[in-house]
Amino acid sequence: MNSSPVVELADVTKVYHLPSGDVVALDGVSLSIEEGEFVAIMGPSGSGKSTLLNQIGSLDVPSSGDLFIDGKNIGEMGDRHLTEMRLNTIGYIFQKFNLIPLLTAFENVEYPYILKHRKKDESGRVNHILEMVGIDSDLSRHRPSELSGGQQQRVAIARALVNEPKILLCDEPTGNLDTKTGRHIMDILDGLNSEGRTLIMVTHDPAIAGYASRTINLVDGRVA
Amino acid sequence: MIIKDIIFQLSIRSIRLHFLRSVLAALGIVIGVVAIASMGMMGANMTLSVTEELSSMADTLVVTAYSGGGGGGGMPGMGGGGDDDDYISQDEFDAVERIAAKYGTVYAIYQESDTIEVGDKKGRATMYGLDEDMFPGLFTLTEGAFPRSTNSVVVGPMLVERLDLKVGSKIEIGDPDEGSTTTVRVVGILEERGMSQDINSDMAIIGSEKLFTGIFGGEGEYDQVNIVLNDLDDTETVTDQIEDKLNRKEDTVTIQDSSRMIESITGTLSTMTIFVMAIAGISLLVAAVSIFNVMMMSVTERIREIGILRSIGTQKNEVRSMFLYESAILGVLGAVIGAVVSLTVGWLVVLAMVGSTEYFFAPASLVYVPFAMAIGTVTCILSGLYPAWSASNLDPIEALRAE
Repeated sequence: MNSSPVVELADVTKVYHLPSGDVVALDGVSLSIEEGEFVAIMGPSGSGKSTLLNQIGSLDVPSSGDLFIDGKNIGEMGDRHLTEMRLNTIGYIFQKFNLIPLLTAFENVEYPYILKHRKKDESGRVNHILEMVGIDSDLSRHRPSELSGGQQQRVAIARALVNEPKILLCDEPTGNLDTKTGRHIMDILDGLNSEGRTLIMVTHDPAIAGYASRTINLVDGRVA
Repeated sequence: MIIKDIIFQLSIRSIRLHFLRSVLAALGIVIGVVAIASMGMMGANMTLSVTEELSSMADTLVVTAYSGGGGGGGMPGMGGGGDDDDYISQDEFDAVERIAAKYGTVYAIYQESDTIEVGDKKGRATMYGLDEDMFPGLFTLTEGAFPRSTNSVVVGPMLVERLDLKVGSKIEIGDPDEGSTTTVRVVGILEERGMSQDINSDMAIIGSEKLFTGIFGGEGEYDQVNIVLNDLDDTETVTDQIEDKLNRKEDTVTIQDSSRMIESITGTLSTMTIFVMAIAGISLLVAAVSIFNVMMMSVTERIREIGILRSIGTQKNEVRSMFLYESAILGVLGAVIGAVVSLTVGWLVVLAMVGSTEYFFAPASLVYVPFAMAIGTVTCILSGLYPAWSASNLDPIEALRAE
């Protein structure tokens, strides 16, 4: 295993300033995740799971403490570099799929590819990934609204993978799916991990967390 | 660039998704562009046709007796009448002729207004008397011939219409109650000449000097001397020389230069055009508000989509250009449709207001189409600036949370 962890948090604190008073969402969290790990983050609602995932996903930066993603301290980054980080290093899979409604399944997957490579996909990579997650070329011509939840999540996984990210972040990936479909999605994710990809997943379902090789429990913004 | 292309695609698809709303917003721009373009074209056509009408007499300098007071004198040709000093003497005429003869043609005019009678119809008309040799150069006939005998005259078309005159009609000049009358015969009818500074022939009876002095007397007391210049550039030279000769001690004559009148008329017209266009511009302002509203709605509706775009690595400026493209597409679409429509509407407006579309395709008139298009497009893009800016500055986490 790689000597330097792909994700490293050192005393990360996140405070939200609200009119009703400050809310400490993360309180001195320190942890590290090695390349190739499959980590589940669990905890009751309000425990800071989503905040932690947003920090690792470079959508937000810590109030204090250091957060290294792939060796870079994201606390020191501006919006432009954070955005580049999200494009190149991180693949995000959401509970609500979050596909772009205006684009077809194929275009949804191709979109980050175009943003990164500044050209249309001519290598067949988009089709290859779509096939890998079980979306054939007929389905890929449809808009998200014409696909089932399971199909949408497959497209979302393909989109997260298209730029070969170092880290895959999954926010309740099966939360909007029935058990059977959820299991299919988890099988795909598990397969990706066995190929050596780092997965970090937020869930409150112990059965789903069972897929992970390590579970981090968060309570009131601290690692329990 | 391909990245522009995908962002552009998103804008187009968003417009297509909300087609009716977008069309209505663009319609505002169409109306604004049409209003500005057709008002501008109307002004341009009016200016062009008035200038054309007036420039036919731009080469004429009009010398009248100095009437004191404000120094300008009213419209020449309206005056005439009682004041004994209110004429140009034979000496003054000779002086003017000596100066101006080498720059153009100089002729003097007698003018009087009197009662006339044709058959049983009575009325008043202006009577001009001038050198017979000048007739062919000054007037164009629609019927008949120029006078060859002392009691024959030509008449203007409006007088013909009013009194039912024909070639061969007899006109009795003078009031029978006040003294003797003179009967003259119409030998020719003139083409319409429009209002002008030198001679207003449309409502007048024009005869020889001999006929005029025979009726009204006053030989050598001219009402007006006209100088038709060969070259417009000599206007100042001639004016200065006459001023120097006749007005050195005291003002005896007034010299009017038609080109100055044309300048002031076209100046007035263009002020009016700008004013009317500014009113038309208000419709663009309304359109801008509606575009602004549509863009804000588009941003609000797509907050979640913006959150997705940002979270998977779309830069702020790319989100910003997506919305700017959207308003630019609406603007260009509206401007292009507006341009096509304004060619039709402009044509009708010009036809209705100016009466002739002779100058419609002149560059000075058509230039208002691209001008209005540019204003419409720029207005549209400007009103898209704030919505685009606010979309790009959304917090991605907040945006993702939106329903």
